Amino acid sequence: MLETIILLPILAAFAIWLGSPGRITAVVASLINLIAVVILFVQYQGMNTGKMAFQASYPVLSSPQIQFAVGADGVSLVLVLLTTLVTWAAVWGTVDKDGIYYIASLLISAGALGAFLCTDVFFLYAFHELALIPTFLMIALYGHNDRKDAAWKITIYLGVGSLVLLAGLLGVVWYCSPVVDHHKVLTFDLLELLKHPLSPDAPYAKFGPYNFFTLLVGFGTLVSLFPFHSWAAPAYAAAPTPIAMLHSGVLKKFGLYGLIRIALPLFPGAVQTPWIQQALLLMLLGNILVVGLITIHQRRLDDLLANSSVMHMGYIFLGLATGNALGQNGALMLMFAHGISIALLFMLCGKLRNQVGTLEFEKLGGIANTAPFLSVVFGFAAFASIGLPGLANFAGEVMIFLSTFQDFTAAKGFTMLQVTTILSLWGVVISAVYMLRAYRKIFFGGVTSGLFVSDPTVGQRIPMFLLAAVLLVVGCQPSLLLNVLQTSIAALGAK
Amino acid sequence: MNPLNLELGLGVLGLVLLMAETFSLLSRKAIGYTAIGGLLIALVLLVSGSCPCVPAYLQDFYILDSAALFYKGLALISTIAVLIISMEYAPVLSQFIAPDGSKSKEAGLGEFFCLPLFVCVGLMVMASAQDLITIFVSLELVTVSFYVLVAFMRRSAMSLEAGVKYLILGALSTGLLIYGLAWVYGVTGQITLSGIQEKLVHWQGDNTALLFGAALVLAGLGFKVAAVPFQIWVPDVYQGAPTPVTAFLSVGSKAAGFIVLTRIFGAFTAKGSVISDQVTNMILLIAGATILVGNLSAIAQKNFKRLLGYSSIAHAGYLLLALGCLHAGHTGIKSADIVAFYLATYLPMTFICFLLLSAARAQGRTEDISSLTGLARRSPLLGFAATLALASLAGLPLTAGFMGKLFVFFAALNEGYYGLVLIAVVGAASGFYYYFKVILALHSKPENDAPAIKLAFLSQAMLVIFMAAIIVIGVYPGIISRALGVATTVAVK
Repeated sequence: MLETIILLPILAAFAIWLGSPGRITAVVASLINLIAVVILFVQYQGMNTGKMAFQASYPVLSSPQIQFAVGADGVSLVLVLLTTLVTWAAVWGTVDKDGIYYIASLLISAGALGAFLCTDVFFLYAFHELALIPTFLMIALYGHNDRKDAAWKITIYLGVGSLVLLAGLLGVVWYCSPVVDHHKVLTFDLLELLKHPLSPDAPYAKFGPYNFFTLLVGFGTLVSLFPFHSWAAPAYAAAPTPIAMLHSGVLKKFGLYGLIRIALPLFPGAVQTPWIQQALLLMLLGNILVVGLITIHQRRLDDLLANSSVMHMGYIFLGLATGNALGQNGALMLMFAHGISIALLFMLCGKLRNQVGTLEFEKLGGIANTAPFLSVVFGFAAFASIGLPGLANFAGEVMIFLSTFQDFTAAKGFTMLQVTTILSLWGVVISAVYMLRAYRKIFFGGVTSGLFVSDPTVGQRIPMFLLAAVLLVVGCQPSLLLNVLQTSIAALGAK
Repeated sequence: MNPLNLELGLGVLGLVLLMAETFSLLSRKAIGYTAIGGLLIALVLLVSGSCPCVPAYLQDFYILDSAALFYKGLALISTIAVLIISMEYAPVLSQFIAPDGSKSKEAGLGEFFCLPLFVCVGLMVMASAQDLITIFVSLELVTVSFYVLVAFMRRSAMSLEAGVKYLILGALSTGLLIYGLAWVYGVTGQITLSGIQEKLVHWQGDNTALLFGAALVLAGLGFKVAAVPFQIWVPDVYQGAPTPVTAFLSVGSKAAGFIVLTRIFGAFTAKGSVISDQVTNMILLIAGATILVGNLSAIAQKNFKRLLGYSSIAHAGYLLLALGCLHAGHTGIKSADIVAFYLATYLPMTFICFLLLSAARAQGRTEDISSLTGLARRSPLLGFAATLALASLAGLPLTAGFMGKLFVFFAALNEGYYGLVLIAVVGAASGFYYYFKVILALHSKPENDAPAIKLAFLSQAMLVIFMAAIIVIGVYPGIISRALGVATTVAVK
């Protein structure tokens, strides 16, 4: 079942390459995937054991042991749901474009699905890389602004990041593979590796923190962790709309997923090692405060959204830095919410660019007069992204902030973790400042002369409406996701 | 049945075809197809034939283990590929060969299709060679055939220049190699590899002379595999030689160098050998330098053929690194097997690139990256194949190239060569840049109205088979490691 979900977008992309009509094929394929994933999600909620379900595996290599193995628990299902939702919205919202747009979107989607669903380290890594080529080509060939520079930056950054990650993953395979009859049986099977975490009393334990840090840098580069973030903003600003939606909304979450699925459970306690935690806290403060201040200074909507996407990764890393279950649950909630809200914002941004041809705040204004639907949905997504209570992002952020205070005692006072949280809360103010300012400049105020923006057609409103509805429903009823997340995170060993 | 029958048969076929060419009995095409047919039959015999046992009088010189069979297969496949590419390239060849005013456009072309057969024979004998003399003679058969092939376009100044450079440096490297072999023989008194290995394990006393011989051998073979600092000839010769020959140099000559390296190196570094550590360090030092120089110089290249030359140096670096990982047995695959695996992955991706270059050149484009602009839009199959091959060269997962790199990285990590892993990471990262530069050009909007590139049926078939090979090896690497017959579990240190 799961392998079909990964394969379907690839087959659809192939069909489009052979000449099948682009938009219809892509929309149908992604809709089938969306429905299938919703069904699986409901089924899994019924079981809710926190264990891997829907498993299948096909052996590939016996030594070192590699197999094409798929399986899903709450963590992967939430992210797969995000992937299929955003993919469907992205291809639905792409109208009158060459087939290559749909092929690229489907391939990125397949890469993300494979990365979230494979339970073999080799394929998990491989599928993420698979999505790199279409991302790179689409930015370089069909992007906006300084597309070539942005494309090179993302390729080289992510290329180096993946290689560092590869080194870290090979370390994981080496340290955590089981020993049978005094023989080390090297395996890439994640479920087998998870049975032998490198706990502090294991023989190679002293290498644990270094290996964890390698993974943190590798995965962190893919998620634009400060100071490895400078590829992200130009790439998203330059990328064609569906690519920006898919990469910032979905594919980027792979790095965080990897930390939750591989790095944290396999190196228990490594994230609380003082030097690692301090380094991580400083880096994520860089995301929230430094990039936050940079975001305030942006003069174009696409640059602003791109930078805000980098900034919000800081909160998610804060949730992971706590090392406790609540923090990881909050991080996953925020990953889902951020994915939906940033995809929606990039989609609206794309519509504006199509109609007006510019995204500079100076040249925009008063759009709400002529395009009420657009302005309401934009406001909705902007509020979600700021973290307004009642919308999904708030649920994630509040859980993360609370999790950092879990071991707070008045006698000990604030630890560095808690001080970081207090500083991070200023980030919420920063978000409010730039988002509300952008909202006011674009949608309110006097109408710029010669500017006429109309609302999207009814057909085009459907995906926007649906994404906004998801933000609201999850925001009001977070337990829809949380009940599967909690059991799965607990099953991964977080306390 | 004599185990040498395959090699002898191919050699005779080459001679017969040369005669036929001399007396104009067969056309250029007929010679080419006959040669391809002969090679295909040999390949079928090799794969299907139950391994004939080697008679006692040959056993000191000749071995037929799984590695030998594997390399023989590689030699046959690459020769077939070279002949197919030569068919595409024939118009360019005749342009630079035919004497002025000659009526026949095909004059002198036939030899170009016979000589690769002799290279193939040399490679196949070398795969089985077990003593210094057989190794040297087969290596020379390969090298001498290449001297002719490189300078084949006699009216092209670049080809001649390449020929002279290759001749002089090739002769120098041969000199170094034979001098080194002489020292090794002189010190150990043994001509067979097993004998040398035996002597080294039970060595008493000073080993300076041994090390001197080993260093000379390494230098001589360094030329053949294009390792730093013996790589200077590569870019010019690669660029000047006819493209099919460049492809052959890049795969065949490299494979030859590595067969010999693994065999001789295996004897030098056998368990208990007195010079094992020093020789390993020499190899590792050269490997690190080769990875860095190859990759970093490739970044600035604008000519695709020259870029492939530097990329060939870079890949030699990864191969040497694998060779230096003696204890790679912990990963379940011996270092010699990793080298063989890597060469098998290197073959299809390199040949696809050179096929693209040949076809583009034959149909009026230059070899600059910019002249490939928009090719993927005009010739979707060729464009897709080239994209796949380049992604594989860059080492993207689910392609063959990634599996090769994965094993090399894994072996180096397990040895604890963290510095070399870092160098390999830097190299692979710059690879992302220069291979993606070509991919980007392929998919950009065409600037001129250059027509689509048409391929002959054989070339298309080769393209499809090699594409399938890249994906299948990338997704199911077991297919190669089964051919090599690797162990399944490994001992804990």
